[in-house]
Amino acid sequence: MSTMNQETAKSNVELRSQNSSEIVLNNVCKVYGGGPFAKEVIKDCSFTIESNKLTVMIGPSGCGKSTLIQLIAGFEKPTSGQITMNGKQITGPGKDRLVLFQESALFPWMTTYDNIMYGPRARGEGGKEATELADFLLKKVGLEAFRDKYPSQLSGGMQRRAELARAMINKPEIMILDEPFRGLDNMSKELMWEYYANLYEEDRNTNFFITTDIDEAIFLADRLIIMTNLPTQSRHVIEIDIPRPRKIEDIFASQRANDIKKEVMTLLHEEAMKSFSGGSKAAADFLEAYSKRAE
Amino acid sequence: MNIKKLKDKILSRAFLRGVIAISIFLIIWEVGARFESWYGYRVPWIGLIPPPTGVFASWGPLLSDAGYWQSWQMSFMRVMGGFIAAMILGIPFGLFMAVNRTFHDTAFPTFEILRPIPPLAWVPASIIFWPTAELSIAFVTFLGAFYTIVINVLGGAKSINKQYLQAAQSMGASQWDIFRRVVFPATLPSIVVGSAVGMGITWEVVVAAEMISGGGGSGGNGGGLGFFIWNSYLGGSYEQIVVGMISIGIAGYFSSEMLRNLGGHLTPWLKTR
Repeated sequence: MSTMNQETAKSNVELRSQNSSEIVLNNVCKVYGGGPFAKEVIKDCSFTIESNKLTVMIGPSGCGKSTLIQLIAGFEKPTSGQITMNGKQITGPGKDRLVLFQESALFPWMTTYDNIMYGPRARGEGGKEATELADFLLKKVGLEAFRDKYPSQLSGGMQRRAELARAMINKPEIMILDEPFRGLDNMSKELMWEYYANLYEEDRNTNFFITTDIDEAIFLADRLIIMTNLPTQSRHVIEIDIPRPRKIEDIFASQRANDIKKEVMTLLHEEAMKSFSGGSKAAADFLEAYSKRAE
Repeated sequence: MNIKKLKDKILSRAFLRGVIAISIFLIIWEVGARFESWYGYRVPWIGLIPPPTGVFASWGPLLSDAGYWQSWQMSFMRVMGGFIAAMILGIPFGLFMAVNRTFHDTAFPTFEILRPIPPLAWVPASIIFWPTAELSIAFVTFLGAFYTIVINVLGGAKSINKQYLQAAQSMGASQWDIFRRVVFPATLPSIVVGSAVGMGITWEVVVAAEMISGGGGSGGNGGGLGFFIWNSYLGGSYEQIVVGMISIGIAGYFSSEMLRNLGGHLTPWLKTR
């Protein structure tokens, strides 16, 4: 694996971040609200986002995955426990950890090009190096013809690619993607999987990808972390050793992929059942409504 | 190219529909005003109004009357003065309230107590307070637009998608850069809407203020369109009342159209939807 890393790294020097970075979560808890209305979203959650790997996190919907992202990105602080990046505690948002949100966060008032250039310009680095990189990335995500268009003029898939370019120009050490392809139709979704996997295979930076889609998870992941229901913990980690580059057909044809799929489905089904019966949906909804009122 | 554009516009369906609607409106008005009773039934309101032909007849000579145009000019100046002052003060005020919690908590309660007071209720106080009648009209006009602009700017800036701010933050943008290149453009559509609504209120207010204050001291024909209407009423010229009313309608339409155009240029990304 590591020899392959070095080979691919040579082919694409400019986007490779200098360091190999990893993020470690240690007994992280997050509680919203207080007193009798406190809601525990994340409980004793520990896992590692290993460097130069594509780690995919999968879990039942509404299980606090997005909260985890808020914590890792530094927008919010954990109630207890530590999140460290390369051994240093995360204290706030930074350009070393870029987030691609569920819904497009492209600025509607900027053209594709201006959106991509936002990061460098905001840091006062909008010089020649950045403009060249922006042009290179525009070509790379296939949006040269849409350089001067506004996000509302792009299709869903194009918006996602523009956002990938906007993130990559900052050469983040870690990319965090929160269900980035949700809401795309199946065709563009599968195209985006292949496209994104290609991008990843070129530079092999540390990527953290969140999804609820099992096929997506197995197609993309080096490591697959399966999460429990609320309060969220990591339940199981599977190393996905299907060789890269992968093809969509492999995921449906290969025995190994199907074995993994079965294992993941069993685990996820258990978690989903817990939330369905044991946790009593009605009681959970009631509590949630109450905790919102308390805020 | 431009002539072709103009021709297309005049021949377009929307334009023709507008022309037809206005024509029908004028015909009904003319007929209604000419015949006091229809089949023995008296048309309650329209029968008392001078017919459009009468209105246009008395409009004709006014077009070459300097005093009439001076009324236009006076009202326009007051509207623009009050409106521009409201923009200059209202936009930063609203934006600052949106981004600074301390300032919001300090300023908002006072603002909210003053806001429900109709601008016209300020007329007596402002006549006492301001040295000239002109300034008091301008002040009342300013109030009309100010509250609307502030409320729209504040609402717009507060409802910015949180992810825009988080995305900018995580790309390493400074607070100032986020304000300048995220908060401000995200609020621009609300600023445009607030301004358009504020402009409408400004016209309502200026006319009433001119009527009450007697035309800002300059009196005569130069007291603004509101004073023009009031004067026509006192002089018993019903045709001229209607001329004044229509003039205000046209003036308001042009002001709004101007703002819409300007707003369109400022928010080009909204056109693409």
